Amino acid sequence: MFSVLAHAAAWLTLALLAGIIISLIIGAAPAIKEYGLSFLWTSDWDPVQNKYGGLVMIYGTLMTSLIALIIAVPVSFGIALFLTELSPAWLKRPLGTAIELLAAIPSIVYGMWGLLVFSPLLSEYVQQPLQALFGGVPYLGALFSGPPVGIGLLSAGIILAIMIIPFIASVMRDVFEVTPALLKESAYGLGSTTWEVMFKVVLPYTKTGVVGGIMLGLGRALGETMAVTFVIGNQNQLNSASLFEAANSITSALANEFAEAGEGLHQASLIYLGLVLFFITFVVLAFSKVLLAQLKKSEGTRT
Amino acid sequence: MSSTAMTTAAASLQASRVSKYARRKRVNALALTLSLGAMAFGLVWLVWILIETVHLGFAGLTLSLFTEMTPPPQAETGGLANAIFGSVTMVTFATLLGTPIGILAGIYLAEYGQKTWLGSITRFINDILLAAPSIVIGLFIYSIVVARMKSYSGWAGVLALALIVIPVVIRTTENMLSLIPNALREAAYALGTPKWKVIMTVTLKSARAGVLTGILLALARIAGETAPLLFTALSNQFWTSDLSSPMASLPVTIFKFAMSPYENWQKLAWAGVFLITLGVLVLNILARTFLRNKH
Repeated sequence: MFSVLAHAAAWLTLALLAGIIISLIIGAAPAIKEYGLSFLWTSDWDPVQNKYGGLVMIYGTLMTSLIALIIAVPVSFGIALFLTELSPAWLKRPLGTAIELLAAIPSIVYGMWGLLVFSPLLSEYVQQPLQALFGGVPYLGALFSGPPVGIGLLSAGIILAIMIIPFIASVMRDVFEVTPALLKESAYGLGSTTWEVMFKVVLPYTKTGVVGGIMLGLGRALGETMAVTFVIGNQNQLNSASLFEAANSITSALANEFAEAGEGLHQASLIYLGLVLFFITFVVLAFSKVLLAQLKKSEGTRT
Repeated sequence: MSSTAMTTAAASLQASRVSKYARRKRVNALALTLSLGAMAFGLVWLVWILIETVHLGFAGLTLSLFTEMTPPPQAETGGLANAIFGSVTMVTFATLLGTPIGILAGIYLAEYGQKTWLGSITRFINDILLAAPSIVIGLFIYSIVVARMKSYSGWAGVLALALIVIPVVIRTTENMLSLIPNALREAAYALGTPKWKVIMTVTLKSARAGVLTGILLALARIAGETAPLLFTALSNQFWTSDLSSPMASLPVTIFKFAMSPYENWQKLAWAGVFLITLGVLVLNILARTFLRNKH
């Protein structure tokens, strides 16, 4: 009896995933029928004329996540390096906990803080000087154009970076810590510096785990909703390459429009976007899991 | 070769070694400084966010916050009572609903299906659900509950939150159960105890603190979740204890108020942010101390 219950609970988890995928496909069906795959590369999003294309949101989601990774990966590596090699033993625990607490802060807090505290500062101290500096330079200037309000792709990317640092850093720290001491000691014995040990011995040894951690962070960044919705500006445009221009992401479009969307094509298109998002994150997270599982398997067999 | 040529060759070799060594030392010092900087970078955000939250939220903490309803824009008074009540109600029900399922599935993974195909697939899927975008959960519940019932409701919100609780609880339950030494199980079996009784009275009991930690972490996670509630529970300006009607919640109210240009709404939103952050951090720290005392 008990075993049946436990089995049923496990099946329920599987059914949950299947249910999510099926319900999204059914919900998106009208939009899939209408646009097919061309939905992915058309960019008009016009509820008035009932014409929909998802390119703007997909671009926003990918771009913000890319910015987040560019910032978060080196910083997380630095944090993991600090926690495994540099930090005095008594500081390891409190510092590790503090970084993990960054992950515990709800995304709505990040969002509100980002909108009301961080964006104005970003605009005043980063965007405006950059505009003054590069304003006349072709191509480069376009990257920093836009109204100086501080919300847009870049601020969304920075806030996402802060949010995913704890995930990437804690995976990196964990895989660095399982590197056999023998390996590190032999490298030190040959006269390597700490940096050389980390970069040339530990990092190659743990690279699957590190990539797995980065993918985990990417999965988080892609699906993050509230923080992005607050600071991305929610504007459907794709006509400038600027990092400071207000944009839109899949999640922010869903959060803003879904409750108001009428049934029919508008709603179906939004669900289609949700399906695309779920598909991308599923692939990224599955990839991350496979890599991390590989590392676990090879533990102990390699020396 | 003359001896002077040999000494100059040796000297230049020595010089190049010294400069190489100096370069390596410089690179190392730079890298370690950057690493220190990265650590500081991470901590700065935490401290900054916490300070701003306390600074801007603490002022809004008055008694009326807990006794009055959410006000219309530009009103003089008002609180968050209905939103706090809605949040507490939905989080409680979601935990009550999600925890047993999560624990059972965790038990399955750790005790029955360690090596079976169902076990490994479930574990894999669960890890993905753990990190899946919560807004997609909202879409799912919308299409199977809200669209069918033709109305937003507190129950839909409860279901959406419960779906987020389940993977968190599964994960920690499984981890904690697999830490229990097998000798303990074998001893119980040797006494002729049936499997379900071994699990209930021996393994689950020994892993109690860990499982509790999982529940606390799940609570902390859903207390701040906004995205899955946006189009399931929606929001409500008034007090309601009827879960079949739209229900206000703290995060959704904060979202609405923070995006508005009205000063009184923004002030309430900061107070709400302060409450949520405080609650979530306390839950997290509580969970950690629980776990540390046990291990």
